[in-house]
Order: sequence, then C-alpha cells, then structure tokens
Amino acid sequence: MITQSSSRGAERREISKGEISRPEGLEMTGKISSKLPHSPGRLLEPLLSELSRPGRHGFTLPALDVSARPLEQLVPAAFLRREAAPMPQVSERDLVKHFMRLAHLNFSGETNFYPLGSCTMKYNPKVNEEIAGLPGFARVHPYTPEEGTQGILRLLYELEQLFKEILGMDAVTLQPAAGAHGELTALLMARAYHQAQGRLRRKVVVPDSAHGTNPASAALCGFEVVEVKSNERGRASLKALASAIDEDVAVFMMTNPNTLGLFEQEVREIAELVHKKGGLMYLDGANMNAILGLFRPGDLGFDMVHVNIHKTFSIPHGSGGPGGGPVGVKASLKPFLPSPIVVEQDGAYRLSSSGPRSIGRVRAFFGNTGALVRAYAYIRALGAEGLKRVSEGAILNANYLKALLKGKYPIPVDEPCMHEFVASAKELKATCGVKAMDIAKRLLDYGFYAPTICFPLIVEEALMIEPSETESREVVEAFADALVAILGEAREIPQRVRGAPHRMPVTRLDEVQAAREPNLRWTHSS
Amino acid sequence: MDATQLFFTKTHEWLHLEGSSATIGITQHAQEEISDVVFVELPKVGRAVKQAEEAAVVESVKAAFSIYAPISGTIAQVNQNLSKDPAAINRSPYEEGWVFTLQAADPKEVKSLMNHQQYDAWVKGGGH
Amino acid sequence: MDFTPLTSEDRRLILDRIGVASFDALVEQIAPRVPRADLRLPAPLTEPELLQAASALAAGNITTNNRISFLGAGSYEHFIPSVVRYITSRGEFLTAYTPYQPEASQGTLQAMYEYQSLLCDLTGMDVANASLYDGASALAEACVLALRETERGKLVFAQGVHPEYRQTVETYLRGTQVTLEKIPQKEGISDLTRAESAVDSQTAAVIVQMPNAFGCLEPVERLGALARRHGALFIVVVNPISLGILQAPGSYGADIVVGEGQPLGTDLQFGGPYLGLFACREKYLRKIPGRIVGMTRDTHGRRGFVLTLQTREQHIRRAKATSNICTNEAMMALAAAVYLSALGAEGFQEMARQNVQKSHYCFDRIVKLPGIKPLFSAPFFNEFAVQLPVDPEQVNQRLLKTGFLGGFPLKRWDPELKNGWLLCVTETRSKEQMDRFVAAVGEAI
Repeated sequence: MITQSSSRGAERREISKGEISRPEGLEMTGKISSKLPHSPGRLLEPLLSELSRPGRHGFTLPALDVSARPLEQLVPAAFLRREAAPMPQVSERDLVKHFMRLAHLNFSGETNFYPLGSCTMKYNPKVNEEIAGLPGFARVHPYTPEEGTQGILRLLYELEQLFKEILGMDAVTLQPAAGAHGELTALLMARAYHQAQGRLRRKVVVPDSAHGTNPASAALCGFEVVEVKSNERGRASLKALASAIDEDVAVFMMTNPNTLGLFEQEVREIAELVHKKGGLMYLDGANMNAILGLFRPGDLGFDMVHVNIHKTFSIPHGSGGPGGGPVGVKASLKPFLPSPIVVEQDGAYRLSSSGPRSIGRVRAFFGNTGALVRAYAYIRALGAEGLKRVSEGAILNANYLKALLKGKYPIPVDEPCMHEFVASAKELKATCGVKAMDIAKRLLDYGFYAPTICFPLIVEEALMIEPSETESREVVEAFADALVAILGEAREIPQRVRGAPHRMPVTRLDEVQAAREPNLRWTHSS
Repeated sequence: MDATQLFFTKTHEWLHLEGSSATIGITQHAQEEISDVVFVELPKVGRAVKQAEEAAVVESVKAAFSIYAPISGTIAQVNQNLSKDPAAINRSPYEEGWVFTLQAADPKEVKSLMNHQQYDAWVKGGGH
Repeated sequence: MDFTPLTSEDRRLILDRIGVASFDALVEQIAPRVPRADLRLPAPLTEPELLQAASALAAGNITTNNRISFLGAGSYEHFIPSVVRYITSRGEFLTAYTPYQPEASQGTLQAMYEYQSLLCDLTGMDVANASLYDGASALAEACVLALRETERGKLVFAQGVHPEYRQTVETYLRGTQVTLEKIPQKEGISDLTRAESAVDSQTAAVIVQMPNAFGCLEPVERLGALARRHGALFIVVVNPISLGILQAPGSYGADIVVGEGQPLGTDLQFGGPYLGLFACREKYLRKIPGRIVGMTRDTHGRRGFVLTLQTREQHIRRAKATSNICTNEAMMALAAAVYLSALGAEGFQEMARQNVQKSHYCFDRIVKLPGIKPLFSAPFFNEFAVQLPVDPEQVNQRLLKTGFLGGFPLKRWDPELKNGWLLCVTETRSKEQMDRFVAAVGEAI
C-alpha cells in the first residue's frame, strides 16, 4: 500500500481532516522571531530527484591511473548491475543550495530555545567539534595496531575513569551507541549476572512514568515488563513496589529525578527493598543533568546506570543522532561487561576482552568514539566545579521558570523540582478546547521549540519543560511570557492556537494520510 | 447492525451473535476516542483466542489500541477491506467497520457481557 | 571553562523569585539528607588548554593522513567530498532535535526522506528507515524481525559474515532458544552443498554478506533461492560502495538488506559513530525498527514531511514496540545523502569501478611476490585475502615504519587462517602508492 511520489511535480491530494482556513492578517502578540523564508509555493524545496538532470555531476574522481581491464574479466557478469544505480545528477552548486535551503527550514538548538523535557538541549560547545575533527581522532582505523592508537586509547580509558568518578560506579563500558542501546546492554548484563547465580529471573519492573525505551529494551531482551503505578506525589510508590518486587524480578529500572523532574526521595529505601530480594537497581540516566556533581547514582543504591552523552554531556543531537550511551556498573557486574574494554598497564593501553563471562558485543568495533571524544572534551573543560554549576544552573532555571508560570499553568505535582517540571493543559482542553499539542505548535510561531508533550503518560496533556543551564535568564523569562501570551490567546481566540503554527514554512501536516498511505521514497519517471 | 441486538464489553468491543458465529468490532465511543484509524492489525484466521485476550490492534497516528476477544473461540474471518480503508471503522463502526468473526467455543459466554443499555450507562459513568 | 550564563545577579534574582535563601536550601528541600557528591576530577581547562591536551592525545596516533592504508575489514577509507563536511557541520542540522515537531524540522525530514529514497535506489528494496546504529546492530534487528515474522527458531549464517556482526547477533539473542548455524566456506565463499543441508523448515532467515568479510563475492542468487524454497527470509549484508557496480540485492530476492553505511561519507573515527543501513520489502513495513519519514501535505496543500508509522516505536508502543531504538545516526545518514548526490549516478559507478580496477591491480602484483599466494579463488570487489609466508602482524610492524598501514591479520577472526592477510584497496590508492607498497611488502616478508 506504499505510494510513491513521482519525480515531476506532485499531484494535488485531498486533505482528509484538519482543514483550517487561512487566518486573516498576522497580528501576533508577544515576541516573534522567525528567520524562516516565506514560501508560497506548493513545495518548499524540490527533492534531489526533481533537481536531477542527466549529465550533470558534482564531485569528480581523479582519473584511473592503472590500465583498465574489462570489468567482466575481474567480476563475473552475473554479479554486475545492468544499469547504474539511479543516484541524482546535480551540480555541486545545486547540491549545496539544496541542502542549505533545507537547513534554513530547521529550528536548531544553536538558534532557538528548546525547552524539551528529558532531552537536555544544552549548548553544544564548538571546541568539541574542532577536537573531534582532529585527524588523530577522525582518521584512525579501528583495527590500527595498538602502538599506533595509544592517544585515542588513553582518551577512552580516561573517559571511563571520569565516568566512574562522576557516577560512583566501579566499571564503565563505552560501547553502546545510544541511551536505549545502553539500557539493552545493562539488561543483558543483568540477565547474565542472575544466570551466573543460578537464578532465572524473568521480570523487569518499571514505573508507569518511565520513558518508552525502558519497557521496549526490556521486551527486546526477552523480559516480561511489569509497570507499577506512581503515587499521588508522582513518585515511585514504595508500597506498590513492595508487592511488585519479588524473586522473579531481575531489575527495577528507575529514572531519578523522575520524568516529572522530581527527586525520588525514597530511592535508598527502594534500593534496599530491591536488593533484599536479590534484584538489581538500574538508573536511566537521561535526567543526569539534574544531579551532575551533586549526587552520584552509585551512592544512591544503583547497581547500573546509563548516561546519554547527547543530553548531559553536551554532544549535539544531530537531528536524531548520533549519540552515545555509556553504562556504569558496580563491581559485581564488572565480569559481564561487553568486550572489548580498554586496559592500562605500565602506561600502555590496549583493548582486551572483559573476561570469560562478558556478554560479548552489542555492536562492531569499539564504540561511538567520535561522539565520546566530544564528551571527554566537555568533562575536561568543566572539571568538578563546572559539573556542579551545570546541575545548579539547570535546577535554578527550572524552578525559576516554574515560579514564573505559577498560577498560570497547573502543575500537577507542585513541589520544588530539579531540572525540569511538568505542567498540564488539561484545564485548557476542558474549557477552551486547546490541547498541549496546540500550545506546542503556537510556541513555534513565537520562535521557541515546543516542550516535550504528552509525556509522561501519567499526566494528561503534559508539557514537560526543561530549560537547561545554558539558557540566560532573559530567555527563560521570554519563554514564560510566550506561554502566558498563548494562555491569553487560548481563552480569547482559541482558533489561533488550535490552528497554529501560522508562521512556519508549513502548517500542520496530515499525519493521518501519511500513516494510511505511506509515501516513504521517491520514484523515477522512466 | 441494530445496537439493541448487540453485546458489549467494558473494553468497548461490540459482538453480534448468530448461532455460534460472532462478529466483533469496536463501538462508536471507542472510535471517537481513537479518532482517525490509520491501520488495523488483523488476527490470523484459525487462531484460537480466549475471552479477554488481545485479538487485534487498531492504530491511530499517535496510539495503538488493543481489541480484546469478547468471548473465546477461533478466528473465522477477518475484514480485509480494513487494509485499504481503515477509516471504515470511524465511518461505520457497526457495519463496514467490523473487524473479525469467530466461531464461538462457548456461546453462553455472552451472558458475561453487557447489553446496550448497560454499556451506555458504563460509558456515561466514565467507564475505562 | 563552562557554558552557564548565570551571574551572581541572576542567581540572586532567581533565588528570590523561587523563594529560597540559597541553592543549598533548595537542594535540601528537594532531596533531604542525601549525601552530596565530592567529585575528584582533573582541574578544568580553558579552550586553549583543552585544545592543547586533546592535540597531544591525537598527535601520536597512526592515521590515514600519516600512513598509506591498505586496511579495510569493515571500515573503509574513501574520498569524502568537501561538501559532505560542509553540510554536516551546519548547526541547523547538527544541533537540531529529532523531528517530532515537523513544522520546525522540514529540513531534517526532507533530508531523511531523500536518504531513505537513495538507499532504496541503491539496494532495490521498497522501504528504508532513517538509520540504525551500525551494520552489526542493524543485522541483529533484521534477525529479530525474521524470527518474529516466521515464528521459527533458527538462523543460518554464511561463514563469510563479519565475525563482529555475528557476535552482536549472538549477544542480542542470548537468553532465547534461537540457534545459529553456520554455512562453512569453500574457497572463500559459501559451500552450497553444506548450505542445502543447513537450511530447512525451521530456518527463520539465511544471512549472507556481499561482498563477504573476506572480500569475496558470494553465490547470492542460489542462496536466495534456497531461502525462498524453505520459506525463510533472505537477509543480505552489503557494503554500499559495491552497489555502484554490483547487482542490487532487491534483484536477487533479498527480503532485508542491512549493512554499514560508513563508507558513504563518514570518517573512520576509530569505529564509530557509523551508520546502520536497513531496507526491506514492503510487506515488513510495519515491523521494521527505527524512524521512518513520510511525505504528506499541510492544510494548504503544500508538500511536507513527517515522522510516520510511529506506532511501531518505543515512545508509543513501549513494551510492544518493534525495537527500542530512539536516538539513531541521523547525521551519518545526512552525510550519506550528500555523498551519494555529490558523486551522482556516474560518479558513484566510476568510484566502484576504480575500487575494482585498483584492487585487482594490487592483487596481481602482490601474489607475484615470492611466498605469497591468494587464500581464495573466488572473485572479489575491493578486498582480497592472501597467505603470507610469515606472521602478518610482524609484516605490519615493518610496514608501519616504512609509511604503510598493512592489511588485517585474519587469524584474529579465525586462528585456522594462520598467516592470512586481508588487504583493501579503494579509489584512494594511486598506482604509485600501490607499487611502493608491493615493494615494501616484498622487503618485509
């Protein structure tokens, strides 16, 4: 049922739902900042396939300097393509123009404020890009003989030590390519740990406020997932856990502070409970920004933790990736670490298996080294004091923003938060028909990216807001102003909010049609 | 499909029984809650399902909803038309939007289901 | 150095508004009586100091800048057009977020749609996702899909699949009852007789790498037919560069194509971040992992792009998701899209041709050296294995001193391959470099 767009202009399609009339005039309240180009046409930018013309070309290779033999002599004809793969044929100028025009359609962390809860969209230091680009890091083949990679191995080894210290853990693996990958790795280690004790434990317990990757990772690993309801204060309920945690539970996965931005004050009691039943405590470190340099997961009773270097440790989000999900573990789990690890002896570094009980590999080669180098640079730049200032700034900004919104947007659990807090648009939905999604879209018109919406699932019409420590007070205030303005609009002119965005390159897109009749690739008119 | 002839579950399925053949779909209320249906994951014909077991999945853009078998039985037919036209569930939840039929293992199980008055009361009472 | 703009004035105003006397007081409210960390870390560095420290670590490493490389084995040196770096260093792409709010992300979304399209064009498949972590984990995901789809319990791997890929699949599947069976090699490619006995009605998928880890071209048509005959999925692991001249797997019956996209415009970077390619037939569309971008219209009928089929994913389906992936390798996918467009249809074909011509030139001369024999007789793309008369690790040591990064010692993958040595020649090697290399090898053995 996949339809494909033809490469010569797209046919007009009927809009099935959500048709909204063009708003009269464009008077907006509040500060609007939109640098995006006005584009009245039926498409913003042609596809590469639409720009392609036979005979055009970009990059040219040096001419072949060995005598060319007939290809069929070297590779049997049966293996060869009949026709060239239909890659686009564009000049370099058109290529650059195309991708630059696409770039200009994006909001980005460096130009816009992204108050995305649990994403920690902090500033990405440019010096990290320079360092990651050094040929001594960027142009090293992973199978280079070890005497030729001492610098990079040393960096990775030092990074492991830095994470151990920051997290209060005894060992670290840098292999996982993302947070979810880290979760999977840790769960595989947990299973191996229990198996080594002769115990087959089939369950993983998560709070109902958990990020979707937690149950998904557990399921991918073959565990049965048990969700436990949070209490009225939005915390993991010690009482509910007392009945849920039994000797069939391998791991309790927790986020702290949780996805409401609230510190789990009973974390040590919970750890005691889990450990008493022989289970392991796992910290989803997505919210690490709140506790950097302030608390250490290892001191709170956690046996395993993953961090997201594309959140807490400043590497750019890259429109979706790459990231990195290093995992720290306590000594009892060290034998199960994925291989290889970096070991040091007499000042020399090498890669080695983590031991006979290693869970093996979760990917080829060592890890997302290019990304890890950036995290290393960040930690070295900040030092202990700098890391403390991160959590301090994050917590202050979040509580400040929360105070500015007090009385305006209901905050279901209104307690001092850490680096983020959750507001709800439930009342607005009931009174004006304006939902969290509408507020998110209207914020785009004000030049702000939206907060995380509709998560965590335990809050209706949730707006999860995380300002991060790299935003100035003025930006935080401007964002609060925008939210308050939108509140006013919702009450006075709700259709302006429900029909937002009005000042972006596109208006709301028909996601229903996109899912019913997926169009996931271009085709070529023959 | 006359609503007065139907049985209903607390999980918003309707069931029409003819002898030992049951046709199952989701209710108007459910269809409204889900909003635009984009895809239906139909069960395999011949599969045995127990009462209250997940038999099918209805997807909107942002969520997936389980359809539970109101009574036990073996899946007899599935509404293939929903592959091309999932919106039929929204347009016509009791007619074109039927999802599957099953051969009932024990037709008396319908006694545990609600009639349309009970179901309406359940919905009005905020039944989830 | 730090990046927080908070001044003491800011702090004072903020604490005042919050209504606490100090930050410490606030922390006490948030987390009463929780012991504070006291981190022992190296002293902070300013930017110049950081650059100095980092450069010192980078300086001593062996790179493709300071050695002429003949090393492949899963990670490949290719010319990267300057436009690739230019576009991928743009902050609008680099610092953007996952495109959940499509109105603010049309650049990213269209670029990913283009990447998906390019991958389908390359592989001959119906649909591609917007990237997975790397080739190995992409293969693991493909295996999981095949196992769920067929509800069978066996995977049959050609011996020529990269060992680290197979190890990754083993790790993912440990704790399940799934068995992994191997099709042994003969002359560097799958032994078809042995394949016939390995594949049966319990086989969920047949997995082959093309070219395989030893550089050889596998009998993919026959293996695909074998899989099909038994109702198993046919999973092909590709080197995308080879698709410049080799048949697209879609044309010989692949159900799923995975592979490592690093050669398409991404630096070696000591092994990552790389690019997990994933493409497959339409029938598996709703089962595939990862982000997928689709085309649609806005309320004014304007063309636009959105993340679609999200109900497969973890943020909606949670425990029932097709996978757990959230963050992917979008920047590497962008690099691949720019790379393939910079080369274009003719350039990409020419590039693959040059890889073949140069590797065969080098091969012909290497095997003429006394004591060196080809390890296998099968045809190859840009990598080939030879048998050295001495330990390849020693040869590599000597070559390093004369300016070369030698091939991969195959005993690291299989002790039975003793003095096997895997050499890779891409379009980046000139005739002159190859001649000097052959001479140096002659000296080193």
